[in-house]
Amino acid sequence: MGSNMAEQHPVGFQWVVEAKERGAQVIHVDPRYTRTSAIADRHVALRPGTDIAFLGGIINHILSTGSEFREYVQHFTNAPVILKEEFRDTEQLDGLFSGWQADDGLYKVESWGYRGTEGELTAGKSEQSGDVSGDQAHGAHGMKLPHGEPPEVDIELEHPMCVFQVLKRHFARYTPEEVERICGVPAQRLTAVAQALCDNSGPDRTAAICYAVGWTQHTTGVQTIRAASIIQLLLGNIGRPGGGILALRGHANIQGSTDIPTLYDILPGYIPMPHPESGDDLDRFVDDNGPDTGAWGGLDTYMTSLLKAWFGDAATEDNHFGFGWIPKIDGDHSHYAALTRMIDGRCKGFFAVGQNPVVGSANARMVRKALRSLEWLVVRDLTEVETATFWRSDAPEIEDGELRTEDIATEVFFLPAAAHTEKAGSFTNTQRLLQWRHKALEPPADCRSESWFMYHLGRRIRERLADSPLERDRPLRALTWDYPTEGPQDEPDPEAVLQEINGRHADGSFVAKYQDLKADGSTTCGSWIHAGIYADGVNQAARRKPHTEQNWIAPQWGWAWPSNRRILYNRASAKPDGTPWSERKKYVWWDADARQWTSLGDDPDFVGDRPPDYEPPEDAKGMDAIRGHTPFIVHPDGLGWLFAPSGLVDGPLPTHYEPHESPAANPLYATGVNPTRQLLDDETNPFHRSDGEAGAEAFPFVLTTYRLTEHHTAGGMSRTVAYLSELQPEPFVEVSPELAQLRGLEHAGWATIVTARSAIEARVMVTDRITPLTVDGRVVHQVGLPYHWGPNGLVKGDAANELLAQVLDLNTHISEYKSATCDVRPGRRPRGPARLALVEEYRRRGHVVRESRHDSRGGAEDG
Amino acid sequence: MAGFKLETRVWPGAYGDEARPRMGFFTDTSVCIGCKACEVACKEWNDVPASLNGFTGDSYDNTIDLGADTWRHVAFVEQRKPVDLDPSGPDGTTLAQTAALGGLAGEAGLQTYQDGEGMRWLMASDVCKHCTHAACLDVCPTGALFRTEFGTVVVQEDVCNGCGYCVPACPFGVLDQREDDGRVWKCTLCYDRLKEDMEPACAQACPTDSIQFGELGDLRDRAEDRLAQLQDAGLEEARLYGADADDGVGGFGAFFLLLDEPEAYRLPPDPVDTVRDLKGIWGAAGAAALALGGGLAAAVLRGRR
Repeated sequence: MGSNMAEQHPVGFQWVVEAKERGAQVIHVDPRYTRTSAIADRHVALRPGTDIAFLGGIINHILSTGSEFREYVQHFTNAPVILKEEFRDTEQLDGLFSGWQADDGLYKVESWGYRGTEGELTAGKSEQSGDVSGDQAHGAHGMKLPHGEPPEVDIELEHPMCVFQVLKRHFARYTPEEVERICGVPAQRLTAVAQALCDNSGPDRTAAICYAVGWTQHTTGVQTIRAASIIQLLLGNIGRPGGGILALRGHANIQGSTDIPTLYDILPGYIPMPHPESGDDLDRFVDDNGPDTGAWGGLDTYMTSLLKAWFGDAATEDNHFGFGWIPKIDGDHSHYAALTRMIDGRCKGFFAVGQNPVVGSANARMVRKALRSLEWLVVRDLTEVETATFWRSDAPEIEDGELRTEDIATEVFFLPAAAHTEKAGSFTNTQRLLQWRHKALEPPADCRSESWFMYHLGRRIRERLADSPLERDRPLRALTWDYPTEGPQDEPDPEAVLQEINGRHADGSFVAKYQDLKADGSTTCGSWIHAGIYADGVNQAARRKPHTEQNWIAPQWGWAWPSNRRILYNRASAKPDGTPWSERKKYVWWDADARQWTSLGDDPDFVGDRPPDYEPPEDAKGMDAIRGHTPFIVHPDGLGWLFAPSGLVDGPLPTHYEPHESPAANPLYATGVNPTRQLLDDETNPFHRSDGEAGAEAFPFVLTTYRLTEHHTAGGMSRTVAYLSELQPEPFVEVSPELAQLRGLEHAGWATIVTARSAIEARVMVTDRITPLTVDGRVVHQVGLPYHWGPNGLVKGDAANELLAQVLDLNTHISEYKSATCDVRPGRRPRGPARLALVEEYRRRGHVVRESRHDSRGGAEDG
Repeated sequence: MAGFKLETRVWPGAYGDEARPRMGFFTDTSVCIGCKACEVACKEWNDVPASLNGFTGDSYDNTIDLGADTWRHVAFVEQRKPVDLDPSGPDGTTLAQTAALGGLAGEAGLQTYQDGEGMRWLMASDVCKHCTHAACLDVCPTGALFRTEFGTVVVQEDVCNGCGYCVPACPFGVLDQREDDGRVWKCTLCYDRLKEDMEPACAQACPTDSIQFGELGDLRDRAEDRLAQLQDAGLEEARLYGADADDGVGGFGAFFLLLDEPEAYRLPPDPVDTVRDLKGIWGAAGAAALALGGGLAAAVLRGRR
């Protein structure tokens, strides 16, 4: 679900094909019939943006038929935990959870906690700092629990306020009929899918769920994934072979760039970015962000080792190992928030590295407005992407005569980048597996790798600041920035970077595992989850032992973080007493004679000699507080969270909200749309009315955007390559025969797609693969738009992202690319000022609105 | 189909000790995901020019057909098929309904394989068939087309003179001239790679093993097994195409497993070696000429009278 795996991950899809050959049943739930559907056993079409309702229907099916994996749920999840008296569900508050603060549009989350844990949650500091997600990221590491145990539980799962009963009540209304009404999926079809999942789960069987940006790119993205987690926990499909929830990532190394992040709110290994209130006080940071119990109990060792890796000898106990030198996060500095600050003139410079937001980000018009507001822009890419040429004559505003190139003052630097074949490094895939790749040839001409650019930029800045007396320059001067270089271009040695990531002991030897890290400054480690990737002085990610020479787990192919663990939480593959659930699904188990956890070949994700009946002493901390039967060691209670007491801004349970722009009203609640969604206000970013409001009829169809196998995201790697360009040479819009008839669209002719943001044109593809859906007794038509094209390259065309609004999930600041509304008209779009006139006419008819929510334009100046 | 006849007129006989096993492709379209990696890998390896045809509207196919600049071509066939209706159920019930009623979700009744909601989308990577009886070879006056030691059919670019005789000779329309100098180009089954014991580029790039490369005899055995597996799963229309030595071209060196009749993929259902009957045709023509000549002579003689 939420993934078109065959098209977007064709290489990974070989394993799905192989599983199918071996008897697995493949079910594809997606608005469109895609190349994935074509090879699946079953395709179920649902309305974009209604995935939670569908998943909720599955949860209801599991709970109402008693199909949950009872023993797993009782002992491995927080189903028995009793919640606070004051917790109120959306079912009681008409779409809101308890704690709603209408004034600031946020929740106070205290009432979502476990009973007996008053005021222990670390979330809720948002009023101080103005950044919600950062704070909640702190909270995601969980609450403080004395000796790692929830205070009140009912192991029989019968207490009315235990998670299991709350869950049952919450999902009771997601009946097949209600799901049909919301999603447009026939009730029987939902039941068949739910039953197939149930039938394929249990001691002897497991089922996996794959998702991708079809889930994340909604105002309810995170909650959709939470809904899948609930299903997999109820069915016992986590921590066991063949189970899990697989987040299929959009590029070869997106997982790697999350683990050692290019994100603004986390440090390597998912350590939260410090907030100003931590000041220079490392202990306070650790106390605020690390629960005492579970794997995050080691935060002091992870953070100290990171600081030692970055600042070397300059990091001492006296200066809190340089903690004060780390920048502090003072607000929402996500991609879209940064764009609004550019428009306001508060953010003056921007690096776009391997990113083409003029084609790839929502509301391209607003993106270009932001870029025009900059003083300078640096674009590093393989080819001259549209983000580097937004000022040229083929940019829509200039083509339409609204603006002139000479009126744009932004200074643009284009720096050519080396391709992946021209530099060594690692790719991290969906299952956390790092695979080293070697350089095949030198990059041509001025092309350089990212690490070359960052290293030499840092080196030159440090040279300039070498004698600076200013305190603000101290962090840069203190950095360890001494990578050896090699080759004609002085390329920094990527293995040296990998060694820094792995970390060393005081004697210079490599640390072997994250458990070896110390808080006293005697170890370094650039990313605690990667500790061991250079164990024994060997690049473990470069290992290539074929599967024919080892068992099916193949632990000697590449290296998976942490500790080369191929299945996380794999203690769940054994019963609470430590014996395997079944011979067929045997994976990790307790060897009572050796008094050790052992496995078929994986690293047991548990304390190696911790017996299944272990109960922590009263004052236990860290991993010592993890009970012998609880597999989810990154949580302070060791349990899988059916109910999330912390970590999310929009509720402890997923519930169905309509997309921000929707052709249907929410039949469940008065609060029909995610109340915490983030709306950025700009004259270029007006929103449509949804069903039931005057003006909604101007944009009657659901618009969804997506990629094709033949192109790469915003096109920088494919639209300049003839062999790829010829395969999908023009933008096209996919519509059903019914919609084509309704709007007079001619197959292979032209259509104009209009939203309140812009109007674009595309060739018409009339196909049965797009189906109208019956939603609450009405027909809802879908309009499908691949988004790869722009004005540059061998194949050109209007970018689909001209049409979308910047409407975000507040948890992640990811935009709702997958579901908006639009109109479609036959023929090409108007040229010149007539385009904007057409859009203006639609804006009037559609009574479009401007609105601001969590548009945090406060905070310090960037630049 | 062990023991299946693989021999062509010149292979292996003409090669003597230098003959290598006959190599070929088995393209199993039931696992094709239409990624076109084969098209791209082929062009990359063989330096085939791009052919920007623009948007065709023919499903996701914008390279149209096999030709001088497209040696692998993925066809996309969208079919409206009411596959969801259960013939054994009450009128109008879907398989899902029937299964739900009987508590049989996930069991045989719901296995619709490549079928979705009343439609299916067939994908198939087409290529030169490397026929056992290859008419293109027989009509080539320069010897540019030849049968290799692997039993494959290859055009030598430095010998071809662009006469174009082979173009109408091919029963599949594979052979095609480039517009610049009229020479003919087609799949070589990566002859250069084969000589280095390497797999052809398309087969190596195929992520799902839809394109399988190997010794033709092995491939045919494998294809028989796969066909049986699919037919057991209820795919009665599944069939092998080009695996029959008795067909009009003596079987293909690159053959296919199709999920529908060949016409659905725009493939000829009954391809025939276009020079198969040449001997007979020449014979008949000779007899006719003799008869005509005799008649003329008689007429002349008669006229002299």
